[in-house]
Amino acid sequence: MSVQMGVKAKQYQTFIKGRQPGRPWFRNSARAFLSGGAICLVGQGVEELFVHVFHYTEKVASNPTVAVMVMLSVIFTGFGIYDKFAQWAGAGSAVPVTGFANAVASAALEHKTEGYVMGVGTNMFKVAGPVIVFGVVSAFVVGLIKYVLTMGS
Amino acid sequence: MDGVWIFVAAFFVGGLICVVGQLLMDLTTLTPAHVMAILVVAGAILDGLGLYDPLIKFAGAGASVPITSFGNALVHGAMTETKQYGFVGLITGIFEVTSAGISAAIIFGFFASLVFRPRG
Repeated sequence: MSVQMGVKAKQYQTFIKGRQPGRPWFRNSARAFLSGGAICLVGQGVEELFVHVFHYTEKVASNPTVAVMVMLSVIFTGFGIYDKFAQWAGAGSAVPVTGFANAVASAALEHKTEGYVMGVGTNMFKVAGPVIVFGVVSAFVVGLIKYVLTMGS
Repeated sequence: MDGVWIFVAAFFVGGLICVVGQLLMDLTTLTPAHVMAILVVAGAILDGLGLYDPLIKFAGAGASVPITSFGNALVHGAMTETKQYGFVGLITGIFEVTSAGISAAIIFGFFASLVFRPRG
């Protein structure tokens, strides 16, 4: 809350604080655990497929696995299934990479009517953008620190 | 036995990472976008400390499918490239490993917008 709040607004904040219904965090967490775990279970199955059938090494098999999970998620998003699942699963559907793909695909679909350049192209990363921006910046900082530290050795 | 165990570990670790995300959403005033950004940054930092690779070794897709692995993979790409090209590698290598996720999301997302209609 970086926005400057007036006295009335502050009073209101404290006023509503005790009156808001508590969020059912335990139920939500249980759902997130089960659904997120299930998605990772499917991911593990796909990974085993790449290791045993397509002879990827275990180290690089996670790359095509992520691509397959993304593709599946986009298809389910297109049919409107992923968003229904997300209402039940909460973070269990958002935290796996399938949630990232869902954010990209549903933003693209939502703005389709505004055209492919100004609608789809402009809005595709409207929701998923922060993940890329903060991921890349933090990875750069972490990488820089590691690089500087290993320079001496 | 080893083959079954990795599935169990994937389910539990993947599920637990999602619970962390859910608790951040429910018990704080952070928006889902903030939570996702935090998880990615956490993945990058954990990899910087050398903790994420052992987790992937232990839990397989349970650690590589959640978005935290995105931060981990970004750091990996950058670090691998610095071994060959030095400092510039930080910039040129950052997307090396994560190409699969981002490219797939853009490509399939775009084709989905051609094929499917938006749903209310």
